[in-house]
Amino acid sequence: MNLKVLLFGIATDLIGEKSIFFSVTPSATVLEFKVLFQKKYPQLKEINSYAIAINESYASNETVLKENDIVAIIPPVSGG
Amino acid sequence: MSNTSIKITSEKLSLEECYEFVTDDSCGGIVAFVGTVRDSTKSKDVTQLDFSTYKPMAIKEMQHIAEIAIKKFEIKKMAIHHAEGMLQIGDIPVIITVGAPHRKAAFEACEFAIDTLKETVPIWKKEYFSDGEVWVNAHP
Repeated sequence: MNLKVLLFGIATDLIGEKSIFFSVTPSATVLEFKVLFQKKYPQLKEINSYAIAINESYASNETVLKENDIVAIIPPVSGG
Repeated sequence: MSNTSIKITSEKLSLEECYEFVTDDSCGGIVAFVGTVRDSTKSKDVTQLDFSTYKPMAIKEMQHIAEIAIKKFEIKKMAIHHAEGMLQIGDIPVIITVGAPHRKAAFEACEFAIDTLKETVPIWKKEYFSDGEVWVNAHP
């Protein structure tokens, strides 16, 4: 199934895109997505750590993804 | 009438707007936190800062912070405004104002809001130096 992946901050620079489409098996979890995504984009290892948001809310590793979810890679935030 | 004012804008932030929003006849004090762009970090000279945001989610998270603060502390109103785009030294990236019947709750709520914003709101700043640029907090 297809996901839209949004990249922010340093992740945009590392991958060179602001958004990409990425495919995972149906009912994949966030953790499974992270493993696959990092395999394709190993440069993400340069980031300290990152969170995942699904459809504009923070998600845990166990969260199950659905077709057409919007997944955001959230590098360590630094607002304020 | 809403008791929260949440905004992300590329225009100059207005302390007056944030102040006016939290004024209320039931309030005995207003606390404001104003963040400003500092000219150095870890003894390196900063020339400018670029703030980028995941705007719809950042707005939701800021709204969430204000609602939690109103539940958790004895306050009436809160405004959280954040800037995006390129800022120069002395510019204002963030303003938080709180109106409360008594000052202690206003101080506590204001500190809670800026501390939580810095941990959870998807906003990123890139620092520019004379010899390069770096995303803040991104590297180990």
